[in-house]
Amino acid sequence: MKPAAFDYVAPNSLEAAVEAIAAANGDGKILAGGQSLMPLLNFRMARPSVIVDLMHIPDMSFIERRDDAVAIGALTRHADLEFSDLIAQNLPVMAAAMPHVAHLAIRNKGTIGGSLSHADPAAELPMLAVFYGAAIKVQGTSGRRDIPAEDFFVSALTNCLDPDEIVFEIDFPVLTSHAGWAFEEVARRFGDFALASIAVSLEILDGRIVDARVAVMGVADTPRRLREAEDALRGEGEPKTAAKFGKIVRACVSPESDIHVSAEYRKNLIGALAERAFTTAWTRAVGAKP
Amino acid sequence: MKMDIGVTVNGRKYQASIEPRLLLSDFLRDTIGLTGTHVGCEHGVCGACTILVNGDSIRSCLTLAVRADGMDIVTVEGLGTPDHLNALQTEFREKHGLQCGFCTPGMLMTAMDLLKKYPLASDEEIREGLSGNLCRCTGYQNIVAAIRSVVSLRNGSAS
Repeated sequence: MKPAAFDYVAPNSLEAAVEAIAAANGDGKILAGGQSLMPLLNFRMARPSVIVDLMHIPDMSFIERRDDAVAIGALTRHADLEFSDLIAQNLPVMAAAMPHVAHLAIRNKGTIGGSLSHADPAAELPMLAVFYGAAIKVQGTSGRRDIPAEDFFVSALTNCLDPDEIVFEIDFPVLTSHAGWAFEEVARRFGDFALASIAVSLEILDGRIVDARVAVMGVADTPRRLREAEDALRGEGEPKTAAKFGKIVRACVSPESDIHVSAEYRKNLIGALAERAFTTAWTRAVGAKP
Repeated sequence: MKMDIGVTVNGRKYQASIEPRLLLSDFLRDTIGLTGTHVGCEHGVCGACTILVNGDSIRSCLTLAVRADGMDIVTVEGLGTPDHLNALQTEFREKHGLQCGFCTPGMLMTAMDLLKKYPLASDEEIREGLSGNLCRCTGYQNIVAAIRSVVSLRNGSAS
């Protein structure tokens, strides 16, 4: 229950960190907040020869509105997002989801870049990145590139990064025309990883849905945007669409059974959460209090 | 590989030469002898090792001691003394908020941060805030009551 020995470097620049992780030849690990990596080290499920700590790199923690997006530095902590007015105003679904991210002591240390890179299929931030269509900015030895969130997550605990690439910023587009939104999640214990979760947001014009955004997690090995469900909502005009929407979401997913619950339970759960989320989003979109 | 660190713990400065793999929880308990911080699960689930670093609650088992270089740490030993318990400790005693005492340091340090950051207007909110701390005596009821009592005193309405 203690980490195996490793060499430790804490560079002062992103460039130096990239060089250090490249020099490790696939036997190094990036340390951001450490809230996923440290348990793996303690269990010795991960035994890297080198830890490259990002904590001394300046200007990696920020939340800024830039044009129609919110730019977030990779070392921004979950608690910074949870208590940010800028997030509450511009990314309300993220603001609603943040209290569900683990527990306060974890949120005080864990970072958005770390959570995305860890790519847990039942973690909130990967799902939010997919929901908002975020651009994940990474730097490697051959330069920088932007990766769409939907391409970033390959499977459970696996991202698409090359071994020498480090996430340094994430840009979340603001859904300016979406007046209604909701986030629903069920976990065994408040703050634990989700059994299932859904985010919904709606744009309504003259009593009809003209645009919708839907993403789910906990029901596949990566978070997923459900375009089929989004398309089905367009043109709908009544709050009782909720039941229909729940059915569609249920049909879109094929979760697996695990130690916690059966596949059938998860499927029913995501349908029920979809109905609830739709009703809340609709109520908000038409200007009432949910 | 050894590294030199300097940290302030409960107002006192400590210098040490440590291996980078040393956990902050083990640094506190073994290197400088402050055994008030308890170690339960060592993977961030039980909350017993919670301490304050620069005012924020964190899991000391999920951080490397080398990362605490230059930081200001408060452990349960820094909250009060047996003769002068702080308000939270006093209410834990009054409401019988501890049984075997193993989870108590983590509960206290977590509650210190919760009281600072959340209104804790309902017992549900207190319970959600404590959901990352396990008490295997299952004594949650009185822990919640103790925190409720601090909130009431703070809001000027005695419970």
